[in-house]
Amino acid sequence: MNWFTKTFSSTIGRKIVMSVTGLFLCSFLVVHLLGNLTLFRNDGGEAFNLYSHFMASNGVIRAMEIVLVLGFLFHIYDAIVLSRRNKGARPVNYAENHPEQNTTSWASRNMGLLGTVILVFLIVHLWNFFVPARFGSLDPVLIENVEYDNLYTSVVEAFKNPIYVLIYVLGMIALAYHLIHGFQSAFQSLGLTHKKYTPFIQIFGFAFSVLICLGFAIIPLYFFFTQQ
Amino acid sequence: MAGNNPNAKLMNLTLKVWRQKNMNTPGQLVTYPVKNISPDMSFLEMLDVVNEELLVKNEDPIAFDHDCREGICGMCSLFINGRAHGPERGTTTCQLHMRSFRDGDTITIEPWRAAAFPVYKDLIVDRAAFDRIQQAGGYVSVNTGGVPDANEIPIPKTIADKAFDAATCIGCGACVAACKNASAMLFVSAKVSQLAMLPQGKVERKTRVENMVAQMDIEGFGACSNTGACAAECPVGISLENIAFMNREYLTAKATSENVA
Repeated sequence: MNWFTKTFSSTIGRKIVMSVTGLFLCSFLVVHLLGNLTLFRNDGGEAFNLYSHFMASNGVIRAMEIVLVLGFLFHIYDAIVLSRRNKGARPVNYAENHPEQNTTSWASRNMGLLGTVILVFLIVHLWNFFVPARFGSLDPVLIENVEYDNLYTSVVEAFKNPIYVLIYVLGMIALAYHLIHGFQSAFQSLGLTHKKYTPFIQIFGFAFSVLICLGFAIIPLYFFFTQQ
Repeated sequence: MAGNNPNAKLMNLTLKVWRQKNMNTPGQLVTYPVKNISPDMSFLEMLDVVNEELLVKNEDPIAFDHDCREGICGMCSLFINGRAHGPERGTTTCQLHMRSFRDGDTITIEPWRAAAFPVYKDLIVDRAAFDRIQQAGGYVSVNTGGVPDANEIPIPKTIADKAFDAATCIGCGACVAACKNASAMLFVSAKVSQLAMLPQGKVERKTRVENMVAQMDIEGFGACSNTGACAAECPVGISLENIAFMNREYLTAKATSENVA
């Protein structure tokens, strides 16, 4: 192995990959949520369909899509490698293990579990919207005499199903807890801590996690309660 | 025996102790009823009493690590009632007193659990993995010769304080024991920070962190999940800041050191 692969296959190297990909995925969440806000325009889905058409046809977005997939793959791959290593580091468990209360957060101890819930949600989510949108089984809709895929109606239809609404809301709760630990933890892993800005990162990370996930979770709830 | 308070009420306890003959034999928790323990005794003195009774009965005494018994050597260990060094904060087991428990309590005593710390016997684990990490780079090379003048190398007070805080690590392994991943990051980061901050440590700065982290991984310790369990259980209060410092050191060293292989 050369120095590069050695660096990124060390435990610290893998944590750095987790941090960088994690923060990158956070930036994706912002873009995704901003785009989704077009769902709330009361125009029968016109703005949302135009937005989704732009996302599917723009070259830069398509290129970033590949980077995004790589970001997910590296994040998930390193999570699996690290989790297996961490499990192996304690082959015999304690008969009694009662850490002092409130010294560690539940989220920090369960990032793997939360990540798995998010992955299941992600697969359901891609199956609901990405697969039909990309591999074409959507109804056409006319907007100013041009034909577009009507992703809006499939959003509306999907969220009439309470099971989907439940899966989406649970997915967002898992994501919120994952980010509450993950966001500030990423900076710690990257060595970016300082008494001048770490308190800000912690407060910002908490607000970011809650607001982003709340923003996403409102969408299925909104359609479930308004479009019956 | 300690116990300078004649009015202190003596305690009766039930111990559940991990007994394991050697590295190759499986162990188990064995229950021992213990009577007439003074609350002024330290936890290790209580175990001494138990062992004296076991010896009288011609049984194998409980093997446990101890040395200075004043909280500075890092030899004593023990996972007591589910916590490293027992229920008190910032305390080694030798400085834990029986007054921290109540009469009639059941106390479970286990060895540190980590793949990198195999159990030698009963409650004694092999912590040589820490020694090997230290040998990989936890030192400074200095020429022998005359004693240098005091304050010849100016060091800012804030840096000296931080380096000293990191240097208080006694290498007991409570961080590894408390971490859900059995990670040694707090220990290694304390050793790396202590030396990297001081001028004397700058010579081997990059190679040090590269080699110590590589050795840490070879030993089979887990990675850091930033839960903070290590710092909460550390008897000398090593800060999580050291872990961030080491990650920064590691990344910088990997990007700029001369070690290409």
